[in-house]
Amino acid sequence: MKGYRKYFGKKLIWFLITLVCAVILNFILPRLMPSDPVSAITGKLAAGMSDAAAVREIYERYQEEFGTNKPMIVQFGLFVKNLFQGNLGKSFSQYPREVSDIIASSIGWTVCLQLPAILVGWIIGNVLGAMAAYLRKGFDKVLLPVSIFLGNVPAFAMSVVLLVIFAVNLKIAPIAGGYAHDMIPNFSWPFIKSVISHYQLPFWSIVIISIGGQAIGMRSMSIYELNADYVKYSRFLGIKDSKIVGYVFRNAMLPQITGLAMSIGTMMGGALVAEIIFSYPGLGSAMYKAVVAADYPLISACTLIITVMVLVANFLLDIVYGFIDPRVKAAQVD
Amino acid sequence: MKNTLRNVFHSGKFVAGFVIFMFLLVTIIVYPLINPGSPLEQIGVGTFAKPGTYVSLYDAAKTNPDRERETLRLADADDKRLAKALSDSDRVLMVEWLGLKGVDLEGIDYQDTEALLELWHANYDASFKPKGMTSAAQKKYKRLNDALLDLQTADALSVMSDGEQLSLIRKTDYVNVGTVTNVKFLPLGTDNFGRDVLKELVGATKTSLGVGLVAGIVATLLGLAMGLLSGYVGGIVDDFIMFITNLFTVIPGFILLILISYSISQEFRGPATVAAVIGFTSWPWTARSVRSQVISLRNRDHVNLSKLSGHSMLRIVVTDILPYIASYVVMAFILQVSSGILSEAQLSLLGLGPKTTTTPTLGLMMNWAMMYSAHTNGSWWAYFPVILTITLISFSLNLMNTGLDQVFNPTLRD
Repeated sequence: MKGYRKYFGKKLIWFLITLVCAVILNFILPRLMPSDPVSAITGKLAAGMSDAAAVREIYERYQEEFGTNKPMIVQFGLFVKNLFQGNLGKSFSQYPREVSDIIASSIGWTVCLQLPAILVGWIIGNVLGAMAAYLRKGFDKVLLPVSIFLGNVPAFAMSVVLLVIFAVNLKIAPIAGGYAHDMIPNFSWPFIKSVISHYQLPFWSIVIISIGGQAIGMRSMSIYELNADYVKYSRFLGIKDSKIVGYVFRNAMLPQITGLAMSIGTMMGGALVAEIIFSYPGLGSAMYKAVVAADYPLISACTLIITVMVLVANFLLDIVYGFIDPRVKAAQVD
Repeated sequence: MKNTLRNVFHSGKFVAGFVIFMFLLVTIIVYPLINPGSPLEQIGVGTFAKPGTYVSLYDAAKTNPDRERETLRLADADDKRLAKALSDSDRVLMVEWLGLKGVDLEGIDYQDTEALLELWHANYDASFKPKGMTSAAQKKYKRLNDALLDLQTADALSVMSDGEQLSLIRKTDYVNVGTVTNVKFLPLGTDNFGRDVLKELVGATKTSLGVGLVAGIVATLLGLAMGLLSGYVGGIVDDFIMFITNLFTVIPGFILLILISYSISQEFRGPATVAAVIGFTSWPWTARSVRSQVISLRNRDHVNLSKLSGHSMLRIVVTDILPYIASYVVMAFILQVSSGILSEAQLSLLGLGPKTTTTPTLGLMMNWAMMYSAHTNGSWWAYFPVILTITLISFSLNLMNTGLDQVFNPTLRD
């Protein structure tokens, strides 16, 4: 266990560094743009207004709200201070609701939808990819093109297709939302049933999308491993095929975990857009509403929270990787 | 070089991808020549006109009865008219009446128009009013009966202009579509703004491919430069660049894209800007892999020989390193183009796409279709072709990439 401490410590420091950088980026990117964000927002809000004094007033109010009339470093100090207090400001579009309140009500939906979906897609994809590499011939001939095709259907497109087939035409699933409109969230059986029925389509569309990419990756990794010298040597020694296959797939698995860690950001991006299609009450829909309503504090909070989620997922995967890959342990013993 | 190309074109996957991509490319070049004009021109006033051929009623009615119209006696014409005019609810109403009259409903086929009408005319009686039927209901049946009689007896429409009869259109009058002055063929109907979807789609594909291309070039050039610098120079430069690269592989590019796009005000957010921003947020992948390739090349004999000969760093990189990683860079570029197109689409779906007044993009078309809920009101032509095009572009590019991969990495070959 002692050997691991160094590895985990390193990973933790890296996590903290990326976190700090992410916060800084979230703060600085909108302010670095050639056009002043406040004037961009006022422009959007004041699109139909002709009264110059009113536009001026909106501009000044927003300037006050963001503190953009203060020096950059003071602004950053304020930003960090508010962040530590969990104060993300007030939403413009749902005034006077706190942004942190909106985030809190939608983050659960996103986590419960995306985490299982990405994991299930990853597992199914890996099993299929491994089978394609081992069986080759017919199975591979069918699976590879299908996987490439599925891996290239954007998440929102898969969502629309599933929605139209199963919700609009076959009417076996609800069209939108996370639960029926006429219900108040509680822990009763009808509510849970409604949540489950609304869960199906978004879940499967994310699963199907992630299967494709994972299967292709696992297939090439497994083919590579199956051709490795240790496999040939083991065959000469007469070790049972099933045992060799076990080793091969364990080895092929490791890069797949790294691959998952690296692509989780992209996957989440796609899944967030899928949420919009289903009007699922998660972060994706919250962000969409914020963009439509030019609700700057909410957008900024959403991007920050999503980044933090991706970083945490990465960190957790690093930890898992440390336990699975024996080389990590070996390296720490030296 | 020639040999490589021949190998590449022997790969079935590459050829398949190449053919699909070329088909799209030829379409976006040729179609505007056949059907010129702005892809955003609003031709329809209503929303979501169905795909099909639209014939100007005015011109058709104004055709000369003697020279341009033909009389065709088609046996099933009347039945077809009736079948179309009788809505499902009318049919239910008719059967309801028959039930009230005590007709045996066993074996009645709702879709058999002829039998249904026959039964109706045999049994309808305007004065019949069973107990419990309101007079409103009685009138409803009467209206239905009148409409049915009208359908079967009236056999001509008169075209009037300023109270003067221009011509009489009989049920047996036919006009050749070719003789009608204004006929518009809309293979994919119109969208929510009344634009020709096919024309818009072709224009959008062109813009989106351009966005992907620019994003791909920016990302590949940046990634290549960073990767070469970091891999070849090493030391503190490498540490610094790797730090940045690692940082941007964990911080999702999608988020950076949202932040940047939101902060650029609408008037500056043309397709080119969006493309550049996508490129600037997606280079770390390329940089990372170029670096690892360069590191494995850095100490090869031929590179060391060049160093000993005193060649400049630029020359060593260009002549001794680049040719070895060229195939890899081409593949990375293809992937960047495809992910650039996808990023634009996702960004547009979030409402952060390029500004919407001058050119359509695939993402914007998708965004419009979703905003006007084309997917729930059954207007498949407004979104399905868009999805198909995005998928085909990305599928063909990835197919080419897989094909190239199998040519350059023989272990992956079948």
